[in-house]
Amino acid sequence: MTEIPADNSPRRLSNAYQNWYRFSRNPTAVIGAAIVVIVILAAILAPWITPYPEHVGAVVNFRARHLPPSAEYWFGTDNVGRDIFTRTIFGLRISLLLALVVLGTAVPVGTVLGLLAGYFGGWVEIVIMRITDIALAIPPLVMALAVAAVLSPDLINSMLAIAALWWTWHTRLIYSITRQIRTQEFIEAAETLGASKFHILIREILPNCVSALAVKTSLDCGFVILVGASLSFLGLGIQPPTPDLGTMVASGSAFLPDSWWESVLPGCAILVVALGFNLLGDGLRDLFDVQEVR
Amino acid sequence: MEFLAFLVRRVLWSLLVLVGLSIVIFAIARIVPGDPARMALGPTATAEQVADLRADLGLDRPIVEQYGRFIAGLARGDLGRSLLNERPVASDIRDTFAATFELVLFTIMLAFAFGVPLGVAAARWKDRWPDNLVRVFAIFCAVTPGFFLALLLQILAGYVLHILPTTGRLPPSMDFAADITGLVTIDGLLRGRLDVVLEGLRYLLLPSIALAAATMGQIARITRSSMIDVASQDYIEASRAFGVPERVRVFKYMLRPSFVPPLTIMGLEFASLIGNAFVVELVFAWPGMAAYGIRTILQKDLNAIMGVVMVSGVFFVLVNLLIDVLVGFVDPRVRIRGRRA
Repeated sequence: MTEIPADNSPRRLSNAYQNWYRFSRNPTAVIGAAIVVIVILAAILAPWITPYPEHVGAVVNFRARHLPPSAEYWFGTDNVGRDIFTRTIFGLRISLLLALVVLGTAVPVGTVLGLLAGYFGGWVEIVIMRITDIALAIPPLVMALAVAAVLSPDLINSMLAIAALWWTWHTRLIYSITRQIRTQEFIEAAETLGASKFHILIREILPNCVSALAVKTSLDCGFVILVGASLSFLGLGIQPPTPDLGTMVASGSAFLPDSWWESVLPGCAILVVALGFNLLGDGLRDLFDVQEVR
Repeated sequence: MEFLAFLVRRVLWSLLVLVGLSIVIFAIARIVPGDPARMALGPTATAEQVADLRADLGLDRPIVEQYGRFIAGLARGDLGRSLLNERPVASDIRDTFAATFELVLFTIMLAFAFGVPLGVAAARWKDRWPDNLVRVFAIFCAVTPGFFLALLLQILAGYVLHILPTTGRLPPSMDFAADITGLVTIDGLLRGRLDVVLEGLRYLLLPSIALAAATMGQIARITRSSMIDVASQDYIEASRAFGVPERVRVFKYMLRPSFVPPLTIMGLEFASLIGNAFVVELVFAWPGMAAYGIRTILQKDLNAIMGVVMVSGVFFVLVNLLIDVLVGFVDPRVRIRGRRA
């Protein structure tokens, strides 16, 4: 047996470099990644980069009501004279927080259930996959609406309600991948060598799901943000005066079509965020060549 | 026969999902902290009034018995009474469901009528300008929030161009009761009222575009990728070698198998389509079940909320059953695989 090189980092580096090279040659993926990075940075740095950070609260400035976009107010002002650009940037925080919390719970839960159902089969599979079927039949938005209304309309309840249904997509994805690779030789080899179930699930199967998970999670960030925006558009998201993009579209729509900027520009912000995550997800899919995620 | 067995098994699964769904909905409604009776009566009601209503609704019985009554009611098509105005929830939902059904039906037709050809065109001219155009268009459709598109369409068509109505189902001046199927366009046809059909379509157009965009985008993307998958198969290569004309190859040999993924996606996406209908109906004042659902949710009418969620779930399950049957027709392999599985 030849000697195993102690350090194989140069090859890894070139792999990462190759991936980066292929990724950077894909214009839509780069645009998506740029949007995502800018949005995240803008949300984190909101208090320092916005022109009127005090406008996130219940500030009233009646002399500056319904002003159209200008050099002073980039996105115009709303019906009580607050800067819409400032509020839009702060609104990104709520959207990203929603995506983080929902996917932060849904992805681990969905992954574990998918691994278990796909690897063990039998009644474990039947129970998990039938529960998944049931949960899939309830529209997340309707569920979130019902829960938010029955409890109280706040962000935490909405997030929990969305997360309580969202794991199904990840379960289905991981389940189908696990089913495919369960019978492959390297799993059989590990089993023959006496590897524990835990080892096989976590060290052998899970790494093969990572790229599909990354693609799916990136796409889902966009869709969770859309669901959250719909929820707050209906008045069941975070309560005013905290800026929220969906709420801004809803309250601005009362002044259509004259003060179009009050609803259209925050709406465009939602669209751009969702677009960024989708382009990034598509780019990752091309990069990893993942067929399972649609 | 194979197909029949496939169907029977599929129907049984659907029934099981529905039972599970009813348990989930019942559990949510009963586990929710707070008393439905207190919620309905408000903070000013006395303790006796609340206790009376609890007894009236059967809330003081054991939980299993309550579930039994809920299921027995469901089986009879009885969803209980509204906690606010005592009206039977089932009849309220029946009255509003037809409008939602008409909107959803038209939406799905639009989504397929535009999504599939766009996907086919993109695959046919892969990596050329039609492909890039379709991909950009499809992704924009998929990521535009339904309520935002609804507002934009309202501004554009209603306020700027003044070409299409922006709220309601029919002009208030038009005296027409859709009392056969509940669908304005179908009933208009049945009664021979062409003016009603045309007006109905005009009112349907904007809400269904707003609702269809996301699904259409997904369908175009899936059709494109599955056409490309199929194009690399040996039998397509063989048909090319045999000199089968391109039109026949694309539309006969490639489109049919490529139709399955968009259909399946349509089934899965159907839940989010119903969800989106909630916001779209609100924006266009469409008198459907979703608008009714929003109203009852804001009024905390627990029985009505349970009814709306249950009917949404049943609608989802039925559509998916129908799609599975369609997939079986389009792709005979599914029927055989279904038998083995």
